[in-house]
Amino acid sequence: MWQIITNSFPQLLAAGLKYTIPLTLISFVLGLILALITALVRLSNQKGFFYIVKAIFRFYVWLFRSTPLLVQLFIVFFGLPYLKIKGIFPDGIKLEPMTAGIITFSLNTGAYCSETIRASILSIPEGQWEAAYSIGMTRAQALRRIILPQALRVSLPPLSNSFIGLVKDTSLAASITIVEMFEVSQQIAAENYQPLIMYSLVALIYAIFCTVLSWLQGYLEKVTSRYISANGGGNV
Amino acid sequence: MLKLTSLNKTFSKQSALTDITTEFPENQTTVLVGPSGAGKSTLLRSLNFLERPESGQYEFNEINIDLSKPIANKTILSVRRQTEMVFQEYNLFPHLTVLKNVMEGPVQVLKQNKNKARIEALELLKKVGLGDKADSYPNQLSGGQAQRVAIARSLAMHPDYILLDEPTSALDPELELEVLKVLLQIAKEKQSMIIVTHNLEFARQVADKVIFIEKGCILYDGEVEPFFNSENKRIKDFVSAMTFSSIA
Ligand SMILES: Nc1ncnc2c1ncn2[C@@H]1O[C@H](COP(=O)(O)OP(=O)(O)OP(=O)(O)O)[C@@H](O)[C@H]1O
Ligand SMILES: [Mg+2]
Repeated sequence: MWQIITNSFPQLLAAGLKYTIPLTLISFVLGLILALITALVRLSNQKGFFYIVKAIFRFYVWLFRSTPLLVQLFIVFFGLPYLKIKGIFPDGIKLEPMTAGIITFSLNTGAYCSETIRASILSIPEGQWEAAYSIGMTRAQALRRIILPQALRVSLPPLSNSFIGLVKDTSLAASITIVEMFEVSQQIAAENYQPLIMYSLVALIYAIFCTVLSWLQGYLEKVTSRYISANGGGNV
Repeated sequence: MLKLTSLNKTFSKQSALTDITTEFPENQTTVLVGPSGAGKSTLLRSLNFLERPESGQYEFNEINIDLSKPIANKTILSVRRQTEMVFQEYNLFPHLTVLKNVMEGPVQVLKQNKNKARIEALELLKKVGLGDKADSYPNQLSGGQAQRVAIARSLAMHPDYILLDEPTSALDPELELEVLKVLLQIAKEKQSMIIVTHNLEFARQVADKVIFIEKGCILYDGEVEPFFNSENKRIKDFVSAMTFSSIA
């Protein structure tokens, strides 16, 4: 058994480093940017034409939160090649597996995290906005300098949750032919007839990745919360 | 000079301020008093557009606004740069140190040089008796200290007017005193202030002018001593009720 593990571990780790981690990191960064834009659009008090833009973003969040991630992956990778539009996509939209994966995971992450960010912005007391406005800040300045730094601290634990969730969700990418860790474990299991060992091993590697991320989360929480130190009276 | 003419403000059809006409003299302290729910906060917050009155005329230095028309964002920003609000709940920025709280406006809004802003912020902190707290975070301060930081933060903007909404109502008496001392000092230096307060003893000491509001209307607008000696029944009742409640 030991030999099975030492033989397959490097292969699994290589797949993790080559696909799982880049897929997770790129998708999460893009997803966060999308989430922030979505949250800000949905929170803006702009009226008129902007209402349509808001509705589009609301639809996007609804769509990605109410359909399974696996189905989304299938539509983007297997479905879009059949979306043939004369003049624009005469041959359908054919995406590389990795591209399809990144697009889907980013959109999915963006939809979920936009709700996290929106809620964390809403959780900052109105008095913070008023104090910022009172010293003459614009809405954008108040957001950037006063509200978002505080909202970041609030949203860090739930965002970390989403991040860790994404690490594991990338195993679904196996179904659109990306040879990430889980796919490799399946291939090896098919050769050596050791599904229990292989799948336990790949589970262990996911667990290691996620544990490292949890440590990182703990560190970030400490850094961003240093102003809420234990020795304060809470008079803010 | 800050001047209002026939200002009206309603909250969902319910009138909060009715036909407010008054002025707030420069280099003086105007005190706003009145029973709870009278509209004092609403009036104060209307002065820097944290509330938006529906009608009336608003005159402030060279700015002249018809409140029944849309107001340009630029105009609102300009008013807010020249007025500073001090809140009952302090509303310090909890993620910034005390020093950074005071520097934030000058650096980000007035685009002052950072070093210059820091030097002045430290001076202001010293002035309010908190020279040693520059590197603390707001949650490490007592309420009285926090409010003095808020006052320093407002002074740093060199505003024409400082607007204070019950600045000491959240404080214990001994902490209240340290804040009131600072305010008396600032008043002596001819900083224009508009203060909402329930502390009539303080009001009498600091005010150059008193405005008494009840149910959204101005019932008294004038000098200080005549107010406290008024024979008007409602003013008399209010003064005696407030004096009693501050003894009790
Ligand atoms: N955001 C709001 N929405 C609806 N009604 C409001 C709002 N703010 C104030 N009011 C109402 O307007 C009236 C005036 O309120 P305001 O807060 O100005 O009174 P105040 O004189 O400051 O009272 P207090 O001494 O209790 O602070 C009250 O009847 C209050 O209920
Ligand atoms: Mg009030």
